[in-house]
Order: sequence, then C-alpha cells, then structure tokens
Amino acid sequence: MLHTNLKHIETVGEFKELLDSGAKAAIVCGRMGPMCIPVYGIMEALRDKYPDVRFFDMEFDSPVGMATIRSLPETRGFNGLPFTVYLRDGKVVAATSSIQTKQQVKEILDTRLADGSAAVAG
Amino acid sequence: MDRHYDVIVIGAGAAGLTAGIYLARARMRTLIVDHGTVGGQMILTYQVANYPGVENASGAEIVATMRRQAESFGARVLAHSEVQRIDLAGDVKTVEVEDEGTFTATAVILATGGVPRMLGLPSEAAFKGRGISFCATCDGDFFEGKDIVVIGGGNSALEEAVSLTKYATSVTVVHEFDHFQAQPWAVDEARANPKIRFLMEQDVREFVGGESLEAVVVAHKRTGEITRIPAEGAFLFIGYVPNTAWLKDHVALNGRGEIVTDESLRTDVAGVFAAGDARAKRYRQITTAVADGTIAALAAVEHVASRAKGAGEKPAGKEPAASPITSSEASPAAPGKARDHSRLLRLPRARASRASVS
Repeated sequence: MLHTNLKHIETVGEFKELLDSGAKAAIVCGRMGPMCIPVYGIMEALRDKYPDVRFFDMEFDSPVGMATIRSLPETRGFNGLPFTVYLRDGKVVAATSSIQTKQQVKEILDTRLADGSAAVAG
Repeated sequence: MDRHYDVIVIGAGAAGLTAGIYLARARMRTLIVDHGTVGGQMILTYQVANYPGVENASGAEIVATMRRQAESFGARVLAHSEVQRIDLAGDVKTVEVEDEGTFTATAVILATGGVPRMLGLPSEAAFKGRGISFCATCDGDFFEGKDIVVIGGGNSALEEAVSLTKYATSVTVVHEFDHFQAQPWAVDEARANPKIRFLMEQDVREFVGGESLEAVVVAHKRTGEITRIPAEGAFLFIGYVPNTAWLKDHVALNGRGEIVTDESLRTDVAGVFAAGDARAKRYRQITTAVADGTIAALAAVEHVASRAKGAGEKPAGKEPAASPITSSEASPAAPGKARDHSRLLRLPRARASRASVS
C-alpha cells in the first residue's frame, strides 16, 4: 500500500485504459522507501502546475507493477527505485530510474509531454 | 498570503523543522521553505534506532511527526519550492521563492543541510539507476546473485556492504585511503564477512557497461595500477557536502564550504543563523541537527525581540569574547586537506549582496 496523495493504478486494466486513452501521464512505480518518497512528493507538488498531465503511482511489488511498468522495454536495465514512466499518445515517451529532482521531472514534463513535442521514447 | 514573517527557515530537515517547532510555539510568524521533500536526509533513512525516546521508527515517520508539530503551532511549510534569490543584508531579509513570490523576514535560519557527495565522473550520471545506487535497502534486491562494488570507507559504506551480502555473490569495497573512517566495530564486521574483499587507496576512474553497469575501473593512488572490477552494481557511500555553494556571497563559509557560526549559531550577518549539517561542526546526527534547530530558533526569537525593541543583535565575530567560535566547532579537515581557519572569525558584512541560487 502506497501512502501518497497520488491516484493509485492497481490493475493491469487501469494501466491499459490509461495508455489507450492517449492521455499525458506520469506514473511513479515504487515502494514506500527513501528513494521513492521524494519522487511521489515531487509529483504531488507539480500536479496543480500541470493540469493537463495525470499523475499516478503504482506499487512496485504488486502484480500490476510486474505485468506493466517492470516489463516495459523502456525500463529494461533499470535497477534503481522508483521506476518512473511518462505516457503520451498511447506511448511511453520517457522513463527514469532512481530518485529524481523536481528540476529533472519538470524538464521531462516541459519537453516530452509539452504540446508540440515529439512523442519519442527515450 | 502572508508576505512578511518574523523568521524564515530555509531547509526542512531535522534542524529546520525543529527550528520551526520552537519558533512557531514562541508565536513567531514562521515560514519554512525547502527545495525538496520535507525531511532532508532524514527521509532517506530507512530505520532510525538511536533517536532518544523513539525505539524504532523510519526517518519518514519522524519527519511526518515533526512537520505536524511545526504546522500545529502555526508554521507554514513550503516543500519543493526553490529559493531563487536572497538578500540577507540589512534589517529586513528577502527570500524569493519559485512560483511563490518574495517573502521578507526579520531573521533567517539557514538549515540547508547536505547533499550526497558524488565522484563527478560523466559515467556516474549515465549509470544512475542502471547499476549505480545510493540506497542498499531500496535497490539491494536487484543484485541477487551478482557481483557488486561499494565505494566508501565510513560507517555507512561498511554497514551497507555487510547488508548487501544478503543479496550479492561478492562485494568489493573500494576506498580512497589506506584506512577506514568507520568505527572499529563496523570495520570488524565487514572484515569478518567472507563475501567482502577490500581494495584500498583506489581512485575510481570510470563506470563501464552498455544498457547497465558491467564494471568499475579503479587505479591505485600510489602505483597507478589499473584494476577492472566486474560488477553489475555500484553503491556510493562517500559522504555528504554542505549545501551551501549558493550562500558563499551571503555568509561566511569555512574552507570546506560549511557555514561558520558562534555558539548561539549566529553567522557573520546580523539576524542570520545557521543550523544542522550545513554549518561547521564535528558530528552530524539527527540529534545534533535537532539541537542546532533549537538553539538557532531561540537565538532568532531573541533577535526578533531585540529588533522589536529597536536594538540590533550582534552578528558572530562582533563580540568574540562573549561567544567565540572555537576550532572544535569547525569540522576536522579531511585527510590530506588543510582546515581553513582564516574565515572562522570575520567582521559582519555590510554589503547588500544578491545572487541567484545555483
């Protein structure tokens, strides 16, 4: 159970629905650990500043975590919590591993998820 | 929204939150600003076992309680809010915060804490989260049955090296000196573990790999002999540096970049105090940060009261006989580095300096 103020993605269906909707979204997949908590906090802080982006978390050790974010080609080679993925137009447009700063998160939101930016994974 | 506060605390770690509790309880209008998550390094501590009065708690739990206490007394906390400009000279201090605007205060407490020391190698950033980690508890299980490296020689490095042997096939501890800074019990425990080997007097030259880390390249500091250590994980525990680079034009720092204070935690600028890991001191623990926060808050309350009466508080260095800064208050120099005493006692600054926070 993740004790955050973010909306949780708890089923594979919810993840697929989000992906298929083409919505702009950021999902932090982690545990309630020291490297993850700051990233949840950043997303909570940025939520109001990016009203066109939907912010979620996902439990790393849950079946949905294993079946979705942990199995994505974009997170292959990751071994630092949390795994954070950014969705847009039904694709993963960015993914990061381990703790991030607010500036690093904003940079992705302002480039990969900005209107007019190319939806290219990386 | 209030724009003027009695005291603005920059930093919401153990020192900053404690200062907030004491200030707000003393009915000071108090704003606490932090560029990151509330809790500082404390929130990065998985388990705290030696905080008096609390048998066992996570850093996050202690942080949540401290924040609740500060807010219950009326302190306002702004997290994930970057301080962009400050002006600490003069009677009214100015703090400009990203997305929030400009705030003023009669006193400021600098509790900016520390940031993890990095090696500074380009390949270090490239493999962050792809083999390079800073948290054994978080990421240890990714390295089940793998060979890993732990870089560092303090308590954290050796304790985590032992902890990582639960997962890893082998742990190579790489350290820059020929001796450890860790306590003897930590050294003994690591030396007794058959999965751990030691490479001393080594410079880390490069992290190499493809999609993820494959090896760590080190060089012997005296002989220059290069060793390539096959490893899928590298955990860095090489200490912290004070988060003060952006303050160098505002308050006196010593040669290690730590804020110089007197025993009342006054800096060389009237009405500006420092607390916690950012200031020059020997021991950095949650308990010492809490003590700092208390002292700085009480001194700040005194300053605000004296300003209200029209009398100015004297900054550190103005009255060296009353509150001298002793050499024991400055941290010892790192091995091989000379301690800079030249800036320990300075006259108060007169200029109104403004600089962007880097």
